[in-house]
Amino acid sequence: MTTYDFIVRNWSELMHLAWQHTLFVSIALAIAIATGVPLGIYLTFNRRLADTVLYLAGIMMTVPSVALFGLMIPFLSIFGHGIGTVPAIIALVLYSQLPILRSTYAAIRSVDPAIIDAGIGNGMTRAQVLFKIQIPMSLGVIFSGVRVAVVMSIGIGAIAAYIGAGGLGQYIFNGITQTYDAMINAGAVAVSVMAILADFFFGRLEKTLVSKGLRRD
Amino acid sequence: MIELNRVTKIYPGSTLPAVDSVSLTVPQGEICVFIGPSGCGKTTLMRLINRLIPLTSGSISVNGQDIMTLDPIELRRHIGYAIQQVGLFPHMTVRDNIATVPKLLGWTKAKINERVDELLDLVNLDPKEFRDRYPRQLSGGQAQRIGVARAMAADPTTMLMDEPFGAIDPINREVLQDEFLRIQAKLKKTIIFVTHDINEAIKMGQRIALLKDGQLVQAGLPDELLNRPVNEFAKSFVGADRVLKRLNLLKVRDAMMLNPVHCLEEDMSEKVLEQMIKNDLYFLIVADGDQKLLGYVNQYDLRGHKGKVGDVVRKLTLTVSQERNLKEALSQMLSYDLGILVAVDEEGHIQGVLNSATLFKLVGATYDERGGHWGRITASGRIL
Repeated sequence: MTTYDFIVRNWSELMHLAWQHTLFVSIALAIAIATGVPLGIYLTFNRRLADTVLYLAGIMMTVPSVALFGLMIPFLSIFGHGIGTVPAIIALVLYSQLPILRSTYAAIRSVDPAIIDAGIGNGMTRAQVLFKIQIPMSLGVIFSGVRVAVVMSIGIGAIAAYIGAGGLGQYIFNGITQTYDAMINAGAVAVSVMAILADFFFGRLEKTLVSKGLRRD
Repeated sequence: MIELNRVTKIYPGSTLPAVDSVSLTVPQGEICVFIGPSGCGKTTLMRLINRLIPLTSGSISVNGQDIMTLDPIELRRHIGYAIQQVGLFPHMTVRDNIATVPKLLGWTKAKINERVDELLDLVNLDPKEFRDRYPRQLSGGQAQRIGVARAMAADPTTMLMDEPFGAIDPINREVLQDEFLRIQAKLKKTIIFVTHDINEAIKMGQRIALLKDGQLVQAGLPDELLNRPVNEFAKSFVGADRVLKRLNLLKVRDAMMLNPVHCLEEDMSEKVLEQMIKNDLYFLIVADGDQKLLGYVNQYDLRGHKGKVGDVVRKLTLTVSQERNLKEALSQMLSYDLGILVAVDEEGHIQGVLNSATLFKLVGATYDERGGHWGRITASGRIL
């Protein structure tokens, strides 16, 4: 059976898995953005802590995803969540931290000091400088970090099937164990398509949110 | 009015003061230039005034109010601030950049829009054309104009400007300086203007404060600084060509000789020639009965001529207005090899004459009192 036939015949199941995949990746990303961006901004006020945190986040990235899922099982078992969606989300949040943190931190820090000086010199408070100047100016770079995190999470999310989180990875793992090429391909293609669509969506979002004045053309 | 009283700033971890007990008053409506070599403390001193840098000791008052009794944020909203790097917000349009302070002060949208257009007009940019542009769509000179407009947006009485034209090419810098002086003549803000360029200082400043190592070396009128530098540092800072710089400050009217010797067109050539020979004059200015300049004659023209001077008068095309500065006048004299330059008004009436002797007398006398008169040096070798 060709991959195409497989996809057509298993369409509703594929959609179900894709939905599962979307759900835990979205939750993970929402948490990662909600924590990573503020933390990245906070780190710009605390340079010493920044080095440590960015170093730890860097180490996090080097841990193979399968190993991370495995390592978390004993800890999360204490709360009754050794396997399943919860450890998958936690792992994805941890992986997404580095690109989001690093891009946020770098973007906020790279705002020209003269611009900040002009803001303060014209009577802005520190918070106004942050919210009216630094963050709007950093959005583009923050978005690029988020897009990296999105694409990466969708990919790594496939491995979460290994610990029973479901999602499109299930086709890939089942396909491998059954040496069923069409099933592997269907899972892989679906993951790719999802990543491309998500990246496209965030690209459009970036375009609407980032000021035209910052566009390079 | 800005009053600095024994203002001192010592940065944490440093023993040497960056600003050392500076006292200075800037009267309402004047531009005071802070000048000095880099690291002299001029920018620090400026930034102390709007509390961008906290004061170590001494006191500063703006319009009679001690700045330490005011909320620093409020203080800054009422003092215009423009810097060399301009610091326009790249994600905001020109309109929003200019509206920075008015927005912070909570002006209504209508009032802000009106003010933005008014300011764009003031800095010679067409509001329709520029209002909705982003800073990246502006040239350096345009961005700098917007920077100045932003500083003036809420109509502050006081402005701080840190080398606002420093990053602009020399030609556009001149244009911006002239424009700014024109605006200032109307608005009469009290301005602290920081620069390291002595020519800019002389041009922009009604007062100049020369700083070195955090200390005030000399404060006074530009002419005083050029004419009577208090010490060797001041002398070397204003430059060996300080006399030439003074030419920028002086007008033709300051140096010209009034009621110059002349004849009228209806005078008889023979009589005039006689007087010219008697007074050892080779050239003579010719006027009409209304004291309008007609031209000149020389002894050669008049020799043997019978009739009125008006018949042989030569045109004098190069004249000068008495409002021009001496540097321009001297430059004209040098480029056209003129011994004299006649100052005329718009209708051509003779107002005076500028010659090298009057120039030297004015600039030289005040410059160096020891300078004696060397008379005429000729190229005839050893005298005996």
